[in-house]
Amino acid sequence: MLKYTVRRLLLLIPTLFFVALIVFVLSRAAPGSPFDRNQDKPLPAAAIERLNRHYGIDKPLHEQFVMYIVNAAKFDFGTSLVRDRPVADIIGQGFPTSAQLGIQALLLALAISLPLGTISALKQNSAIDYGSLFLATIGTSVPNFVIAIFAIFIFAVNLHLVPIVGWGTPKHMILPTLILSLGAAAFLTRITRASMLEAIHQDYVRTARSKGLREQVVVITHVMKNALIPVATIVGPATAALVTGSFIIEFMFSVPGIGRLFVTSINQRDYPVIMGVYLLYAFIISVANLTVDLVYGMLDPRIKVGK
Amino acid sequence: MPELLEVKDLHTQFFTRDGVVRAVDGVSFQLSAGETLGIVGESGCGKSVTALSLMRLIPQPPGKITQGSITFDGQDVLKMDDDEVRGIRGNNIAMIFQDPMTSLNPVLTISRQISEALELHLKMDRAEARKRTIELLELVGIPSAKKRLDDYPHQFSGGMRQRVMIAMALSCNPKLILADEPTTALDVTIQAQILELLRGLAKEFRTAFILITHDLGVVAGMTQRIHVMYGGKIVEKADTAELFANPKMPYTWGLLRSIPRLDESRKAKLLPIEGLPPDLIAPPPGCRFEPRCQYRRDICHEREPELITVPKAKPDHEARCWGTQNVPGGGWLVDTDWRRDVGDVAKIEAIKEQIADLPPEVKRAEDTDGEVKP
Amino acid sequence: MATITARPQTAAELNILHRKQRSLWMDAWHRLTRNRMAMAGLVVVVFAMLVAAFAPMIAPRDPTAQNSALALADPFWVDSQYRNPDYPLGSDQLGRDILSRLIYSARVSMLVGFVPVSIIFVMGVTIGMYAAFHGGWIDNALMRLTDVMYAFPDLLFLIIIFATLRNTWAGDLMGGLVLMFVGIAIVNWVGMARLVRGQVLSLKEKEFVEAARATGARPGRIMLKHLFPNALAPVIVSLAFAIPSAMLAEATLSFLGFGVKPPTATWGVMINEGFVLVTSTPWPVLLPAFCIAIVMLAFTALGDGLRDALDPRMKL
Repeated sequence: MLKYTVRRLLLLIPTLFFVALIVFVLSRAAPGSPFDRNQDKPLPAAAIERLNRHYGIDKPLHEQFVMYIVNAAKFDFGTSLVRDRPVADIIGQGFPTSAQLGIQALLLALAISLPLGTISALKQNSAIDYGSLFLATIGTSVPNFVIAIFAIFIFAVNLHLVPIVGWGTPKHMILPTLILSLGAAAFLTRITRASMLEAIHQDYVRTARSKGLREQVVVITHVMKNALIPVATIVGPATAALVTGSFIIEFMFSVPGIGRLFVTSINQRDYPVIMGVYLLYAFIISVANLTVDLVYGMLDPRIKVGK
Repeated sequence: MPELLEVKDLHTQFFTRDGVVRAVDGVSFQLSAGETLGIVGESGCGKSVTALSLMRLIPQPPGKITQGSITFDGQDVLKMDDDEVRGIRGNNIAMIFQDPMTSLNPVLTISRQISEALELHLKMDRAEARKRTIELLELVGIPSAKKRLDDYPHQFSGGMRQRVMIAMALSCNPKLILADEPTTALDVTIQAQILELLRGLAKEFRTAFILITHDLGVVAGMTQRIHVMYGGKIVEKADTAELFANPKMPYTWGLLRSIPRLDESRKAKLLPIEGLPPDLIAPPPGCRFEPRCQYRRDICHEREPELITVPKAKPDHEARCWGTQNVPGGGWLVDTDWRRDVGDVAKIEAIKEQIADLPPEVKRAEDTDGEVKP
Repeated sequence: MATITARPQTAAELNILHRKQRSLWMDAWHRLTRNRMAMAGLVVVVFAMLVAAFAPMIAPRDPTAQNSALALADPFWVDSQYRNPDYPLGSDQLGRDILSRLIYSARVSMLVGFVPVSIIFVMGVTIGMYAAFHGGWIDNALMRLTDVMYAFPDLLFLIIIFATLRNTWAGDLMGGLVLMFVGIAIVNWVGMARLVRGQVLSLKEKEFVEAARATGARPGRIMLKHLFPNALAPVIVSLAFAIPSAMLAEATLSFLGFGVKPPTATWGVMINEGFVLVTSTPWPVLLPAFCIAIVMLAFTALGDGLRDALDPRMKL
């Protein structure tokens, strides 16, 4: 399995290369330069030219790209055009916050969905089942910024329970974490429920019962071990989705993570930062996808990892 | 000597959206210690449901044992509470299921799955249970048992997996083993091996067996007695040799006729039983086999025959057929040589046409929802 | 001797268990229509489509007409002095009628739902089937491409496309809609192609394909008549969920400010514009949010129903 992991990690390199290429091309497709953004106090053309030269963005595109790749291989991701600080620093500053938000949301989602999905499956067609299915459907279909709006309206505006913007204290963190976790919780609940339902109807459950085992033992030892395999494999990609998808929530609640950085850097044409953020996201997601296969291989004895 | 198992008037029903399915509709039989009984019938006749009922493994919604008594080793299984029933399962009565691939848990080692019952019922600790598991695996003929203890089901072939299931069933030395189609999912050559194994075990440990199958060939060499089931009821009871030599029910005749024989002339036509099994939600008032029977008469359509002893047969041979019984209104088949007289075939041709003409019906949603197979 | 004289109408009269069934599609249709949530969803979807189609006739006012004097009027159910009978659902901060904007937004949302998905369907199915059937370099290219696309979070990819191309000539086509269609299609077609490819691959080895080959059928015919119908069910379900996904993408993009260009109105745009004032006047934000929620719920219920109808064993 180690060889497989290494091989997959190495395959990341060409993937990231293509991601970089696509982002590079697209980000340069917009007209204008990062230094003529300011409409109110436009810089004189000569100043713009000097800045362009200083940062190397006046050179032909393919040269720029090659330079970027070469530097990236040395883990030098350039300097922000807007803030004049190394990209790695800037991203390193915002990333822990986004990661914290994402992981908190994941833990909350798991805490909600695993018990809820299991109970739903065990008490199929009961009030709890229908209730949680309904909530899960809402959670997966209504966009999370819409839910956020309703939540902000109810909890912050009307009830004045929590502040709307900011980060740092638990009070600030509740609403964004909760809203972010809802989408994942809804999805995980559905998966857990479906998986448990499928497992509990399998023949081997009947065999277990025929040996005289108590229902509790049957469910925990026989059913859950099978049912949680699909769920466990999703945790990786779910985390990735939460970390990379948190930027809407960050935007709405003014959380100082990468999400906000990302949105502003696109508007400002801060190319190195844009590239850095995309590469980071692509890396996280690829690693998460890799964990799916690895986790599957570890949990299910039928699967031999390594193709 | 009191019987090991006595089933009286068992009724098991399933409450579905389309009505109440009377899967087992008044079944009574007995079994002595050490005896092997065969229950034969086609899919849907209720044989598996009968076996599951004996261990109270019928899923409570939608199923329910509505009537009757099951006396095992002197106690009424239906009157026990849940703990007592669980005490019997795997311990005094064990079951072998049809498909060993799906009936074994893919993520647990076979050692774990066999030890479970040992630890639960015989209160063994891990080490003892492991030792006993190795003995059991060797007993059922699994080579290199010690090395394969911690293997998973998917690492075994079909025949080996079924042996594992048999080992599991044997583990607590049960008095009765229910084998539900134990060889149906296996190759023919492996079938023979497994049956051989079961036969040997029955003899060695004096375990009673109920062998459930649709295949007459399987019961021929294995059982002392055979019960034929159709439409949720038992329609014939006889000793094995007697059933094959002197069957007394047109359904059994049909079953025997549809097996091609080596000594038949090549020109002879295979005679299948035409038609479809009865609807168990609204069973007819008359004989359940009547629509498919070439020998039927009016009385067959109007009233259901009882299961009683029949003339020109051994004393404990019973059949549920007006034609073969010596009762008022019946008896027209008592002297029939079934091998020669195939009855009125025209009646059967008519039913084929009628089925073809029926308007199409919507497939019920429950049909694909993992229903209990009757 | 009893003979059954009357023609039996049901299996019950013959005392047999009836096992005949209709074709696969009729079966699926019946199961779908019995699903109440899915039917409710269908009603909502049809209603939204009608509103979208007849928008010019239904909307009371011009959705782009501004009137700052009448800005931020309240909807009729709010008890305040800012109500105005001309604006039943109120007006936004530029004085535009919310009701009319909601109606026209339905139009754009429907288009955004269906147009890209049609593109995805065509591209995904042709390339996926071709790749599966012929293998070789096309198949390899497709797999590598999907790997790269999987590494890209969908939304982020769309954002960069939009942020950069929005202000060019491409972004001006149809008020930014063409870019929206193409962008969404580009991001999602690969997934569809891979799905179709997987389906075809698993079916290709099945016996009925060999049988068709043995009778001399040409590859094109095999693809069309044999592989395609069998692979269709998961594709249909995937498309059913792709529609709300596309609508969601557009709403999110517009909400973030990267979406269609003014004056085109979409629900996402309305939320984006009204967000700053949500603490004082929530209705310009809540009403379009409500519309999005209902329509997406409806599509999801419909998608669930379709999936249950086409394969009831997929209990997800």
